[in-house]
Amino acid sequence: MSIPTNDQASVRTGIQASETPLGRDDLARLVARDIQPGSFVNLGIGQPTLVSNYLEPEQNITLHTENGMLGMGPEAAGDQIDGDLINAGKIPVTELPGASYFHHADSFAIMRGGHLDICVLGAFQVSATGDLANWHTGAPDAIPAVGGAMDLATGAKDVFVMMTLLTRDGVSKLVEACSYPITGIGCVTRVYTDKAVFLTGPDGVQVRETFGCTLEELQAMVPVPLRAADPS
Amino acid sequence: MLNFIDTVGEAVAGIKDGSTVMIGGFGNAGQPFELIDALLDCGATDLTVVNNNAGQGDQGLALLIKEGRVKKMICSFPRQSDSWHFDAKYRAGEIELELVPQGNLAERIRAAGAGIGGFFTPTGYGTMLAEGKETRILDGRGQVFETPIHADVALIKALTADGRGNLVYRKTARNFGPIMAAAAKHTIVQVSEIVPTGGLDPEIIVTPGIYVNSIVRVAAAAGETERVA
Repeated sequence: MSIPTNDQASVRTGIQASETPLGRDDLARLVARDIQPGSFVNLGIGQPTLVSNYLEPEQNITLHTENGMLGMGPEAAGDQIDGDLINAGKIPVTELPGASYFHHADSFAIMRGGHLDICVLGAFQVSATGDLANWHTGAPDAIPAVGGAMDLATGAKDVFVMMTLLTRDGVSKLVEACSYPITGIGCVTRVYTDKAVFLTGPDGVQVRETFGCTLEELQAMVPVPLRAADPS
Repeated sequence: MLNFIDTVGEAVAGIKDGSTVMIGGFGNAGQPFELIDALLDCGATDLTVVNNNAGQGDQGLALLIKEGRVKKMICSFPRQSDSWHFDAKYRAGEIELELVPQGNLAERIRAAGAGIGGFFTPTGYGTMLAEGKETRILDGRGQVFETPIHADVALIKALTADGRGNLVYRKTARNFGPIMAAAAKHTIVQVSEIVPTGGLDPEIIVTPGIYVNSIVRVAAAAGETERVA
């Protein structure tokens, strides 16, 4: 794989391409690289959590966890494990110097109030205009659970999604309109997948990078019109 | 009126059938297990419980649900890998669920304690969870009207109380404690430690004692003392 370096990214025009699809860790590395230095970031449960493994100290990123903390450190191990210090996935974590704790209403005010720069979430589906579906399959026998998904989708300045582009059955998760119950309307700004990075918004879908496929091959997999990203 | 109570059993003895009970905690962090066990023992039933989750494993809130004492859960995230008691009751149609996005849950609780009659929030706009609710476009965004959640009783866990009922918490165990303390008519707190009045720096107090009615000291579990200190 070849993820562009920061230098390359800054002079990026149109589509970047690599020869192979990205694995989960490569994708996490790519998201980590794209987070602006000094950002306040919330990483969702599951695949997005991997991003924390690739944040560089010099990026000076502050991680928020919705159960009431800024300055969350890596997952706790051994003697560090403390039942009173967990993340939103209820995994024991650590605190970094400069961390702060606050109650739940303050924590979601941080989110809803537009103070978080980025949240990174998983998804079942994302629509061409950035609608997100990631909380409920809508199956009649499913027990619904939403947690903070709707608050995160609505509150952060930028919502990045990490997902595989295709379901196990080969169906695109980037869709014209979500068939699963939605989490938020028009909230997703970028979609990081194993096959491409998409920019979503009111003007439709742009492709910023492809991994192991051409734009034409990608278009054949995705049922929404794609165009190469504007030079940035 | 603030009371220091010797046992968790006495602390919860006044909870009546049909009460709405807020229970602090996010997962197990901040969950007042001893108070919940006492609620189980005291027999109160037909409860509406407000908590982020719907119990984990075979302890605390999960047991209250298993024993059929909860008629309704108001929560954001009932389904977990070990929420089998809730799952069984839900699938059997024996428990009602009001599912609330987590930030709306927190703000509805906060609103109750703050005397707010309701608020508009963008969270949930256009989703299943806003169906039937009043909406408006405010500041160019679709927003949903949400109402406060009041409770008869709150059961919460804090680290330390002083003689005036002022509380401090520990790390992410704080979570819903401060807002639930304010939202309930009667707030019962289990703490690891009680210090004399003046023993807490007023600048670090998180929950002022005005929100607290009953305090019971529950010794830290084995291995916890050193950690807490």
